[in-house]
Amino acid sequence: METDYAIIGGGVVGLSVAWGLLRRGRRVTVLDGDDGSFRASRGNFGLVWVQSKGMTQPRYAKWSQHSASIWADFARELADTTGETVPLEQKGGYDLHFSEETLQDTVEKYEGLKAKLDGDYPFEVLGHNALRKEEPHIGPKVVGAILHHQDGHANPLKLLQALAADVRRMGGHLLTGKTVTDVSKPDGFVLTCADGTRVDAAKVILSAGLGAAQLGPKMGFKAPIRPQRGQVLITEKLPKLINRPSLIARQVDEGGIQIGATNEEVGTDDRVTRSGVSGLAADAIAAYPALARAQLVRSWGALRVLSPDGLPIYQQSADMPGAYLVTCHSGITLAAVHARVLPDWLEGTEAAPDLEVFSEARFAVS
Amino acid sequence: MERFDLAIIGAGPAGMAAAREAADLGLAVVLLDEQARPGGQIYRDVERAGPVRGDILGEDYTAGTRLTQALLHDRIRHIAGAVLWAIEDGFCLSYTQDGRAAQVSADRVLIATGALERPMPLPGWTLPGVMTAGAGQILLKQSGVLARRAVLVGSGPLLYLIAAQMVRAGTPPLALVETQTVADRTRALHHISGALRGWRYLVKGLKLLAQITRARVPRHTGATGIAIEGSDRAEAVTFTSHGRAHRIDCDTVFLHHGVVPNTQAARSLGVMHRWRRDQACFSPVLDPWGETDVPGIYVAGDGAGIVGAKAAEHAGRLAALAVATSAGHLGQGERDRRAKRLRLALDRERAVRPFLDAAYPPCVEALAPADGTIICRCEEVTAGTIRSHAKLGCLGPNQSKAFGRAGMGPCQGRYCGLTVTALLAAANGRTEDDTGYYRIRPPLKPVTLGELAAMDDTSDGA
Amino acid sequence: MKPVSPFLELDETARVPVTFDGTPLDLPQGANLAAALLVAGVDVFRHTPVSGAPRAPFCMMGACFECLVEIDGVVRQACMIDVTAGMDIRKAHEDFRGAV
Ligand SMILES: Cc1cc2nc3c(=O)[nH]c(=O)nc-3n(C[C@H](O)[C@H](O)[C@H](O)COP(=O)(O)OP(=O)(O)OC[C@H]3O[C@@H](n4cnc5c(N)ncnc54)[C@H](O)[C@@H]3O)c2cc1C
Ligand SMILES: Cc1cc2nc3c(=O)[nH]c(=O)nc-3n(C[C@H](O)[C@H](O)[C@H](O)COP(=O)(O)OP(=O)(O)OC[C@H]3O[C@@H](n4cnc5c(N)ncnc54)[C@H](O)[C@@H]3O)c2cc1C
Ligand code: FES
Repeated sequence: METDYAIIGGGVVGLSVAWGLLRRGRRVTVLDGDDGSFRASRGNFGLVWVQSKGMTQPRYAKWSQHSASIWADFARELADTTGETVPLEQKGGYDLHFSEETLQDTVEKYEGLKAKLDGDYPFEVLGHNALRKEEPHIGPKVVGAILHHQDGHANPLKLLQALAADVRRMGGHLLTGKTVTDVSKPDGFVLTCADGTRVDAAKVILSAGLGAAQLGPKMGFKAPIRPQRGQVLITEKLPKLINRPSLIARQVDEGGIQIGATNEEVGTDDRVTRSGVSGLAADAIAAYPALARAQLVRSWGALRVLSPDGLPIYQQSADMPGAYLVTCHSGITLAAVHARVLPDWLEGTEAAPDLEVFSEARFAVS
Repeated sequence: MERFDLAIIGAGPAGMAAAREAADLGLAVVLLDEQARPGGQIYRDVERAGPVRGDILGEDYTAGTRLTQALLHDRIRHIAGAVLWAIEDGFCLSYTQDGRAAQVSADRVLIATGALERPMPLPGWTLPGVMTAGAGQILLKQSGVLARRAVLVGSGPLLYLIAAQMVRAGTPPLALVETQTVADRTRALHHISGALRGWRYLVKGLKLLAQITRARVPRHTGATGIAIEGSDRAEAVTFTSHGRAHRIDCDTVFLHHGVVPNTQAARSLGVMHRWRRDQACFSPVLDPWGETDVPGIYVAGDGAGIVGAKAAEHAGRLAALAVATSAGHLGQGERDRRAKRLRLALDRERAVRPFLDAAYPPCVEALAPADGTIICRCEEVTAGTIRSHAKLGCLGPNQSKAFGRAGMGPCQGRYCGLTVTALLAAANGRTEDDTGYYRIRPPLKPVTLGELAAMDDTSDGA
Repeated sequence: MKPVSPFLELDETARVPVTFDGTPLDLPQGANLAAALLVAGVDVFRHTPVSGAPRAPFCMMGACFECLVEIDGVVRQACMIDVTAGMDIRKAHEDFRGAV
């Protein structure tokens, strides 16, 4: 099989990029793992989130803002072409605080970032009473919140399904159960899969989530990514209880309350634990006491795909020109720029964004 | 947290027999069951219902008191009404009792959670008034409640047992709509020699059929095109049998085409399972003592593959022997000596299975439902949607779950899991083993956030 | 609710008052709640949050979650609960119906 782009990894990152390239008329083959492989795209929290991103690197804040600003249009296009809506709500989101000190601290940091962003960082601080007007179920322990108007949330599974459907519709090849074990470049690129499948490609994108840690070095990347576990809970479907999302809880379009997430350095152990689950439940009840009576229906652990500084990595291989590493922690938030803007960078067009700060040059040689 | 030598989940014949065997060998045993009283499915509530309705339910039912009474033992702690929802390494078992979460710990765990009725997705099966035949039997056993105008639909010995019990209670079903064919019968005869070793079951079966016939309950065999009609509740069953279309008005429809292992607890621990072609279901891979590939975790009874109540009891005892040996309470020689007798009895019980499995195969149109039929009751996902996921590249149920929510509801896939695996396997032309099953995670049953949060301060220290 | 229930009861047990969606009912003390409601002629226990379709007990063994009802603000399986006097029982998730 021969193709313009072979994309390794069919998670939200690989599929977003594949979608963007197909829309520009490129031939694309996506190679994806099997039913049980680690898939952050299947276990995430679904926030399209701006606040707190890029506190030390304003370019990342801007990149996130850019994506958030074109997300609705991107979702509309997907809905038009697939006939399935990708639920998205962008009416702001909260950072909830249980103490005045942490609230003040965060506000100061946001002010600093806002200055670096020429004032484009629309947030406001709500005291307990103001917050209660917006969120009648908020509990007395919440002293206040930062409401950031560029935040929102989506249904990440509908996004994943819509991308998979549309990639097929546009003639992309989406091959599942194909674990790429080797990439070589005798002339063009040759990809070999565990089952013997071979794909020839002019260019290769490595967007295999955690799988990039193994394949990356073979392709000339540092690929310094690690797993970080996040446990997530979801309740039975409930009537409207939460208006806007926060990092603690959000009400999904189907009605369940999603509660998340832990941050644990436990390697590739993606199980849920009693302490993880009970801690999340306690936090959620502190924020919204009515949740004490809600039934937890499911919980899961998913592994974040993290770089050392938490920022995305966009890097062309020096050893194998034409091979690109594309990976990030916030693949839902960044789906819109990955689909609509990143292809310019991959194709080297005039409109290519400057992504230098996201290159691997920032990581010391190890 | 209280610690035991052995924790047993499920107080059916397997769990009860294992509890007593282990306690007799000196082990401290905790037995958890979500039911308020011991018995499991076959002996459900036997201590209360046996004296009142023993004549209707039969001797095979009342025999259960032997096992429930044996639970009165110093070293057995039976925690009733305890819904187990998590097993963690070490092993720590979390359960809910009276609206509160609690934990016990044990060196070894025996999962004896029995069977579930095989999902039977047919058009209209989600309507009020449609229940499993087992549900009909539970209503009778536990509550003395009978459906006035019921039709039984499906196949299998349990269908006849329940019909006969309804006859004896004075409220026979309106009809039996049976899906097995004469060809199934003929095929089953290949296994007749084994079946003859289990001749007692065949005699019992014939007696049940005689009771049903005597009560003039119409039997329609080889039924196809089965649907349940009704707008807000079940009003009639329609089907074709021997070339003729039928419609039977009724208030209640009892569905049944066999039982399958309830694998939720074992799967939540990552125990390896394999597809069993003969029983069209997954069962855990076990050593001859019932131990899984997760050391210290055992499975016995119908949860390990459908064998019936007597065999469940023997398997439970075998597991208890192995646990006692590994805990240093019983020498290997003595274990093996005691096991011999149990294995002989177990083989005798198993002998009739191949005949039964072949004579009463699952209903084909419920194994591969039509596109429009709902297969995930909780999230209302149809068979057609699952097939469309296969076209999007879904090789297994976990990606399909992410795409379409099947298996995400409160029943956690108990009544759609096997169907989804079968649909994807057929659509992708792969085996059921390659297709796999839902990843099962705690909580095995929903639990309130309040209960979870209440454990928060103690969890790290415990 | 139907004037005659599709189910009949063999035993006579002392009854206690409860309410289902505000309607008073007398159910047998200590009986299985799902069974008792069925005998009392309740044929819809809840409507699904997905499509609003009516549902009633299916498995009676705690596995299918079709018998969900709300008691004291907590959604529970009726087939796993015994009847006690004064229970205030409601269809589960009914406040959803306006929202769907
Ligand atoms: C708990 C949690 C909460 C999160 N919350 C949010 C949030 O609210 N908002 C947000 O924007 N982001 C969030 N994220 C992050 C987001 O989910 C990820 O950034 C995104 O899913 C990464 O997508 P991916 O495609 O890179 O990786 P994955 O989804 O992991 O996909 C990688 C794919 O590559 C395949 N693969 C791996 N190796 C190979 C190989 N050798 N050959 C072929 N295929 C291979 C795998 O099969 C897999 O399908 C969260 C993540 C977690 C874990
Ligand atoms: C509805 C039904 C009716 C049946 N009726 C008959 C019959 O009349 N005659 C017959 O020969 N066979 C019958 N069977 C077949 C039955 O599976 C076996 O006969 C026998 O009961 C199997 O014994 P067991 O010990 O393996 O499991 P079971 O008897 O099924 O016992 C399992 C126990 O585990 C408990 N349990 C499960 N999950 C949990 C959890 N998470 N937490 C706490 N407890 C849990 C259950 O409450 C149950 O009491 C029936 C099966 C079903 C499903
Ligand atoms: S009827 Fe199935 S859980 Fe109650």
